[in-house]
Amino acid sequence: MKHLTALLFVALFLVLSWGVLSMPAMGDINAPAHNNLAEYYKTQSLNDTGAANVIAAIITDYRAFDTLGETTVLFTSIAAVVSIMGATAKKGDKHE
Amino acid sequence: MIEQILSHMNYIGAMALFVIGLHTVLTHSNLVKRIIGLNIMETAVFLFFVSIGTITNGISPIFTPTTQTGFINPIPSALILTGIVVAVSISAYSLSLIIKIYEFTKSCELKDILEDNS
Amino acid sequence: MNDIILKTITKLLFPYILLFGFFIMMHGHITPGGGFSGGAIISAGFVLYTLTFGLHAAEAKLPHHVLKKVETAGVLWYILVGLVGTITVGSFLTNEQAGFPLGSAFSLLSSGMIALLTIGIGIKVASTMITLFRTLIEEHHD
Repeated sequence: MKHLTALLFVALFLVLSWGVLSMPAMGDINAPAHNNLAEYYKTQSLNDTGAANVIAAIITDYRAFDTLGETTVLFTSIAAVVSIMGATAKKGDKHE
Repeated sequence: MIEQILSHMNYIGAMALFVIGLHTVLTHSNLVKRIIGLNIMETAVFLFFVSIGTITNGISPIFTPTTQTGFINPIPSALILTGIVVAVSISAYSLSLIIKIYEFTKSCELKDILEDNS
Repeated sequence: MNDIILKTITKLLFPYILLFGFFIMMHGHITPGGGFSGGAIISAGFVLYTLTFGLHAAEAKLPHHVLKKVETAGVLWYILVGLVGTITVGSFLTNEQAGFPLGSAFSLLSSGMIALLTIGIGIKVASTMITLFRTLIEEHHD
Protein backbone atom coordinates (compact mmCIF):
# COMPACT_ATOMS: atom_id res chain seq x y z
CA MET A 1 0.00 0.00 0.00
CA LYS A 2 2.84 2.37 0.79
CA HIS A 3 4.53 1.54 -2.51
CA LEU A 4 1.31 2.26 -4.39
CA THR A 5 1.03 5.79 -2.93
CA ALA A 6 4.72 6.47 -3.62
CA LEU A 7 4.16 5.38 -7.24
CA LEU A 8 1.15 7.70 -7.50
CA PHE A 9 3.23 10.65 -6.31
CA VAL A 10 6.00 9.87 -8.82
CA ALA A 11 3.35 9.77 -11.55
CA LEU A 12 2.05 13.16 -10.37
CA PHE A 13 5.58 14.57 -10.50
CA LEU A 14 6.05 13.29 -14.07
CA VAL A 15 2.76 14.80 -15.23
CA LEU A 16 3.59 18.17 -13.63
CA SER A 17 7.10 18.32 -15.09
CA TRP A 18 5.81 17.36 -18.54
CA GLY A 19 3.33 20.24 -18.29
CA VAL A 20 6.03 22.68 -17.21
CA LEU A 21 8.35 21.90 -20.14
CA SER A 22 6.40 24.15 -22.46
CA MET A 23 7.22 27.31 -20.48
CA PRO A 24 10.04 29.59 -21.73
CA ALA A 25 13.54 28.45 -20.81
CA MET A 26 15.32 29.75 -17.74
CA GLY A 27 17.00 33.07 -18.43
CA ASP A 28 15.49 33.58 -21.87
CA ILE A 29 15.65 37.26 -22.73
CA ASN A 30 12.63 37.08 -25.05
CA ALA A 31 10.32 35.68 -22.38
CA PRO A 32 6.94 37.46 -22.13
CA ALA A 33 7.60 38.18 -18.44
CA HIS A 34 10.04 40.96 -19.41
CA ASN A 35 7.57 43.56 -20.66
CA ASN A 36 8.05 47.30 -20.95
CA LEU A 37 6.96 47.87 -17.34
CA ALA A 38 10.08 45.99 -16.19
CA GLU A 39 12.17 48.08 -18.59
CA TYR A 40 10.71 51.26 -17.11
CA TYR A 41 11.48 50.11 -13.57
CA LYS A 42 15.03 49.13 -14.51
CA THR A 43 15.94 52.42 -16.20
CA GLN A 44 13.87 55.17 -14.58
CA SER A 45 13.64 54.26 -10.91
CA LEU A 46 16.87 56.04 -9.96
CA ASN A 47 15.65 59.31 -11.52
CA ASP A 48 12.15 59.02 -10.08
CA THR A 49 12.89 58.03 -6.52
CA GLY A 50 16.63 58.45 -5.88
CA ALA A 51 16.92 54.97 -4.33
CA ALA A 52 19.69 52.66 -5.52
CA ASN A 53 17.79 49.47 -4.61
CA VAL A 54 15.18 48.93 -7.33
CA ILE A 55 13.13 46.42 -5.34
CA ALA A 56 12.94 48.72 -2.28
CA ALA A 57 11.79 51.51 -4.61
CA ILE A 58 9.10 49.23 -6.05
CA ILE A 59 7.66 48.05 -2.75
CA THR A 60 7.80 51.38 -0.91
CA ASP A 61 7.24 53.94 -3.64
CA TYR A 62 5.54 52.58 -6.76
CA ARG A 63 3.46 49.98 -4.94
CA ALA A 64 3.40 51.34 -1.40
CA PHE A 65 -0.31 50.58 -0.99
CA ASP A 66 0.31 46.83 -1.28
CA THR A 67 2.84 47.04 1.54
CA LEU A 68 0.22 48.79 3.67
CA GLY A 69 -2.13 45.86 3.03
CA GLU A 70 0.63 43.50 4.08
CA THR A 71 1.15 45.19 7.43
CA THR A 72 -2.59 44.70 7.89
CA VAL A 73 -2.09 40.96 7.26
CA LEU A 74 0.58 40.83 9.99
CA PHE A 75 -1.74 42.66 12.37
CA THR A 76 -4.59 40.23 11.60
CA SER A 77 -2.36 37.23 12.31
CA ILE A 78 -1.54 38.60 15.76
CA ALA A 79 -5.24 39.15 16.44
CA ALA A 80 -6.10 35.60 15.34
CA VAL A 81 -3.37 33.93 17.43
CA VAL A 82 -4.13 35.94 20.57
CA SER A 83 -7.87 35.25 20.25
CA ILE A 84 -7.20 31.51 20.09
CA MET A 85 -4.60 31.32 22.85
CA GLY A 86 -6.48 33.59 25.24
CA ALA A 87 -4.66 36.81 26.17
CA THR A 88 -3.60 36.39 29.77
CA ALA A 89 -3.49 39.42 32.02
CA LYS A 90 -0.19 39.65 33.80
CA LYS A 91 -0.06 40.22 37.54
CA GLY A 92 1.21 43.76 37.07
CA ASP A 93 -1.82 44.85 35.04
CA LYS A 94 -4.27 44.48 37.89
CA HIS A 95 -3.33 47.89 39.29
CA GLU A 96 -4.53 49.77 36.16
CA MET B 1 15.16 16.26 -24.87
CA ILE B 2 17.93 16.23 -22.28
CA GLU B 3 18.87 19.82 -22.98
CA GLN B 4 15.23 20.84 -22.77
CA ILE B 5 15.06 19.31 -19.28
CA LEU B 6 18.34 21.00 -18.29
CA SER B 7 17.17 24.41 -19.43
CA HIS B 8 13.92 24.12 -17.45
CA MET B 9 15.68 22.87 -14.31
CA ASN B 10 14.26 25.52 -12.00
CA TYR B 11 10.63 24.70 -12.83
CA ILE B 12 11.20 20.96 -12.48
CA GLY B 13 12.93 21.49 -9.12
CA ALA B 14 9.96 23.53 -7.93
CA MET B 15 7.60 20.73 -8.98
CA ALA B 16 9.74 18.17 -7.13
CA LEU B 17 9.63 20.23 -3.92
CA PHE B 18 5.86 20.61 -4.33
CA VAL B 19 5.30 16.85 -4.64
CA ILE B 20 7.57 16.19 -1.64
CA GLY B 21 5.57 18.66 0.45
CA LEU B 22 2.28 17.15 -0.72
CA HIS B 23 3.46 13.65 0.20
CA THR B 24 4.41 14.90 3.68
CA VAL B 25 1.00 16.48 4.25
CA LEU B 26 -1.02 13.52 3.03
CA THR B 27 0.76 10.55 4.56
CA HIS B 28 2.06 11.51 8.00
CA SER B 29 -0.29 11.46 10.93
CA ASN B 30 1.60 13.83 13.22
CA LEU B 31 0.10 17.31 13.01
CA VAL B 32 3.36 19.28 13.29
CA LYS B 33 4.87 17.35 10.38
CA ARG B 34 1.89 18.33 8.27
CA ILE B 35 2.57 22.00 8.94
CA ILE B 36 6.18 21.49 7.90
CA GLY B 37 4.94 19.89 4.66
CA LEU B 38 2.75 22.94 4.06
CA ASN B 39 5.83 25.17 4.45
CA ILE B 40 7.73 23.05 1.90
CA MET B 41 4.88 23.48 -0.61
CA GLU B 42 4.89 27.24 -0.08
CA THR B 43 8.66 27.34 -0.65
CA ALA B 44 8.17 25.47 -3.93
CA VAL B 45 5.65 28.04 -5.15
CA PHE B 46 7.95 30.92 -4.23
CA LEU B 47 10.86 29.30 -6.09
CA PHE B 48 8.69 28.80 -9.17
CA PHE B 49 7.58 32.40 -9.21
CA VAL B 50 10.87 34.13 -8.48
CA SER B 51 12.85 32.11 -11.03
CA ILE B 52 10.61 33.40 -13.83
CA GLY B 53 12.36 36.76 -13.68
CA THR B 54 15.96 35.68 -14.15
CA ILE B 55 18.08 36.53 -17.21
CA THR B 56 21.33 34.77 -18.16
CA ASN B 57 24.40 36.92 -17.35
CA GLY B 58 22.27 39.39 -15.47
CA ILE B 59 23.20 41.04 -12.17
CA SER B 60 21.17 41.99 -9.09
CA PRO B 61 18.99 45.07 -9.56
CA ILE B 62 21.03 47.43 -7.34
CA PHE B 63 22.31 50.65 -8.88
CA THR B 64 25.98 51.44 -8.15
CA PRO B 65 28.02 54.32 -9.62
CA THR B 66 29.60 51.90 -12.11
CA THR B 67 26.84 49.46 -13.19
CA GLN B 68 23.64 50.89 -14.61
CA THR B 69 22.35 48.25 -17.08
CA GLY B 70 21.99 44.52 -17.42
CA PHE B 71 19.69 43.88 -14.47
CA ILE B 72 17.31 40.98 -14.02
CA ASN B 73 13.56 41.51 -13.81
CA PRO B 74 12.74 42.96 -10.38
CA ILE B 75 8.94 42.57 -10.45
CA PRO B 76 8.51 38.87 -9.38
CA SER B 77 10.82 39.34 -6.38
CA ALA B 78 8.84 42.36 -5.21
CA LEU B 79 5.54 40.47 -5.50
CA ILE B 80 6.72 37.43 -3.54
CA LEU B 81 7.71 39.51 -0.48
CA THR B 82 4.04 39.81 0.40
CA GLY B 83 3.53 36.08 -0.11
CA ILE B 84 6.26 35.16 2.35
CA VAL B 85 4.58 37.19 5.08
CA VAL B 86 1.25 35.50 4.39
CA ALA B 87 2.95 32.08 4.71
CA VAL B 88 4.37 33.01 8.12
CA SER B 89 0.94 34.15 9.32
CA ILE B 90 -0.71 30.89 8.22
CA SER B 91 1.95 28.79 9.98
CA ALA B 92 1.61 30.78 13.22
CA TYR B 93 -2.18 30.45 13.26
CA SER B 94 -2.19 26.70 12.56
CA LEU B 95 0.47 26.08 15.23
CA SER B 96 -1.67 27.88 17.81
CA LEU B 97 -4.61 25.64 16.81
CA ILE B 98 -2.40 22.58 17.33
CA ILE B 99 -1.50 23.78 20.83
CA LYS B 100 -5.19 24.04 21.72
CA ILE B 101 -5.91 20.59 20.25
CA TYR B 102 -3.10 19.14 22.36
CA GLU B 103 -4.45 20.75 25.52
CA PHE B 104 -7.91 19.33 24.79
CA THR B 105 -7.14 15.78 23.66
CA LYS B 106 -3.60 15.16 25.04
CA SER B 107 -2.26 13.87 21.72
CA CYS B 108 -0.68 15.24 18.54
CA GLU B 109 -1.38 12.27 16.29
CA LEU B 110 -4.32 12.36 13.93
CA LYS B 111 -5.08 8.67 14.47
CA ASP B 112 -5.66 9.06 18.22
CA ILE B 113 -7.73 12.21 17.79
CA LEU B 114 -10.02 10.65 15.20
CA GLU B 115 -10.66 7.41 17.06
CA ASP B 116 -11.16 9.37 20.27
CA ASN B 117 -14.08 11.25 18.77
CA SER B 118 -15.61 8.37 16.81
CA MET C 1 18.38 26.39 29.80
CA ASN C 2 21.07 26.47 32.44
CA ASP C 3 24.16 26.15 30.29
CA ILE C 4 26.99 28.56 31.01
CA ILE C 5 28.36 28.54 27.48
CA LEU C 6 24.95 29.50 26.05
CA LYS C 7 24.43 32.29 28.55
CA THR C 8 27.87 33.82 28.04
CA ILE C 9 27.72 33.71 24.24
CA THR C 10 24.17 35.11 24.19
CA LYS C 11 25.12 38.01 26.44
CA LEU C 12 28.07 38.77 24.16
CA LEU C 13 26.23 38.44 20.85
CA PHE C 14 22.87 40.02 21.62
CA PRO C 15 23.74 43.73 21.05
CA TYR C 16 25.61 42.90 17.84
CA ILE C 17 22.65 41.02 16.41
CA LEU C 18 20.42 44.01 17.10
CA LEU C 19 23.02 46.35 15.57
CA PHE C 20 23.27 44.22 12.44
CA GLY C 21 19.49 44.12 12.02
CA PHE C 22 19.29 47.87 12.48
CA PHE C 23 22.05 48.38 9.90
CA ILE C 24 20.19 46.32 7.29
CA MET C 25 16.99 48.23 8.05
CA MET C 26 18.56 51.69 7.72
CA HIS C 27 20.44 50.89 4.50
CA GLY C 28 17.37 49.40 2.83
CA HIS C 29 17.45 51.81 -0.09
CA ILE C 30 21.16 51.37 -0.90
CA THR C 31 22.02 47.72 -0.31
CA PRO C 32 19.94 44.54 -0.57
CA GLY C 33 17.71 44.05 2.44
CA GLY C 34 15.08 46.48 3.59
CA GLY C 35 12.33 46.43 6.15
CA PHE C 36 11.35 42.77 6.25
CA SER C 37 14.85 41.30 6.55
CA GLY C 38 15.91 43.84 9.17
CA GLY C 39 12.81 43.19 11.25
CA ALA C 40 13.33 39.44 11.06
CA ILE C 41 16.95 39.73 12.25
CA ILE C 42 16.00 41.95 15.20
CA SER C 43 13.29 39.53 16.24
CA ALA C 44 15.76 36.63 15.94
CA GLY C 45 17.98 38.37 18.49
CA PHE C 46 15.11 38.71 20.97
CA VAL C 47 13.97 35.12 20.41
CA LEU C 48 17.51 33.92 21.17
CA TYR C 49 17.47 35.90 24.40
CA THR C 50 14.09 34.43 25.37
CA LEU C 51 15.19 30.86 24.66
CA THR C 52 18.39 31.16 26.71
CA PHE C 53 17.27 33.08 29.76
CA GLY C 54 13.63 32.07 30.09
CA LEU C 55 10.41 33.94 29.63
CA HIS C 56 10.49 35.97 32.88
CA ALA C 57 13.93 37.48 32.28
CA ALA C 58 13.03 38.36 28.68
CA GLU C 59 9.77 39.99 29.77
CA ALA C 60 11.70 42.07 32.28
CA LYS C 61 13.92 43.28 29.46
CA LEU C 62 11.11 44.10 27.01
CA PRO C 63 7.78 44.30 28.84
CA HIS C 64 4.45 43.43 27.31
CA HIS C 65 2.93 46.91 27.45
CA VAL C 66 5.91 48.43 25.62
CA LEU C 67 5.61 45.80 22.89
CA LYS C 68 1.92 46.53 22.41
CA LYS C 69 2.55 50.23 21.93
CA VAL C 70 5.53 49.68 19.60
CA GLU C 71 3.51 47.44 17.32
CA THR C 72 0.64 49.87 16.87
CA ALA C 73 3.15 52.72 16.50
CA GLY C 74 4.64 50.95 13.46
CA VAL C 75 1.36 50.86 11.54
CA LEU C 76 0.35 54.38 12.58
CA TRP C 77 3.73 55.77 11.47
CA TYR C 78 3.22 54.24 8.03
CA ILE C 79 -0.24 55.78 7.69
CA LEU C 80 0.89 59.19 8.95
CA VAL C 81 3.74 59.34 6.40
CA GLY C 82 1.19 58.53 3.72
CA LEU C 83 -1.23 61.20 4.93
CA VAL C 84 1.41 63.90 4.41
CA GLY C 85 0.91 63.38 0.69
CA THR C 86 -2.87 63.70 1.06
CA ILE C 87 -2.58 67.02 2.88
CA THR C 88 -0.16 68.73 0.48
CA VAL C 89 -0.89 67.28 -2.97
CA GLY C 90 -4.11 65.29 -2.72
CA SER C 91 -3.03 61.68 -3.27
CA PHE C 92 -2.05 59.13 -0.66
CA LEU C 93 1.59 57.95 -0.37
CA THR C 94 3.40 60.22 -2.84
CA ASN C 95 7.13 60.74 -2.64
CA GLU C 96 8.58 63.66 -4.55
CA GLN C 97 5.50 65.74 -5.28
CA ALA C 98 4.50 65.80 -1.62
CA GLY C 99 7.66 67.62 -0.61
CA PHE C 100 9.96 64.86 0.67
CA PRO C 101 13.57 65.79 -0.23
CA LEU C 102 15.16 63.31 -2.60
CA GLY C 103 18.77 64.14 -1.74
CA SER C 104 21.75 62.76 -3.64
CA ALA C 105 21.74 59.16 -4.85
CA PHE C 106 23.85 56.43 -3.20
CA SER C 107 24.05 58.22 0.13
CA LEU C 108 22.27 57.46 3.39
CA LEU C 109 20.07 60.56 3.42
CA SER C 110 18.41 60.00 0.07
CA SER C 111 15.06 59.01 -1.42
CA GLY C 112 12.61 60.88 0.78
CA MET C 113 9.73 58.71 1.90
CA ILE C 114 11.43 55.33 1.36
CA ALA C 115 13.70 55.44 4.41
CA LEU C 116 10.82 56.45 6.72
CA LEU C 117 8.53 53.70 5.45
CA THR C 118 11.30 51.11 5.78
CA ILE C 119 11.77 51.92 9.47
CA GLY C 120 8.02 51.58 10.06
CA ILE C 121 7.89 48.19 8.33
CA GLY C 122 10.94 46.91 10.22
CA ILE C 123 9.58 47.84 13.63
CA LYS C 124 6.20 46.30 12.80
CA VAL C 125 7.66 43.00 11.60
CA ALA C 126 10.05 42.68 14.57
CA SER C 127 7.37 43.29 17.19
CA THR C 128 4.94 40.93 15.45
CA MET C 129 7.43 38.05 15.45
CA ILE C 130 8.35 38.62 19.11
CA THR C 131 4.70 38.75 20.19
CA LEU C 132 3.84 35.61 18.22
CA PHE C 133 6.74 33.70 19.79
CA ARG C 134 5.86 34.79 23.32
CA THR C 135 2.18 33.95 22.89
CA LEU C 136 2.91 30.46 21.62
CA ILE C 137 5.50 29.60 24.28
CA GLU C 138 3.51 30.65 27.32
CA GLU C 139 2.44 27.97 29.73
CA HIS C 140 -0.86 28.28 31.45
CA HIS C 141 -0.60 27.18 35.05
CA ASP C 142 -4.22 26.33 35.75
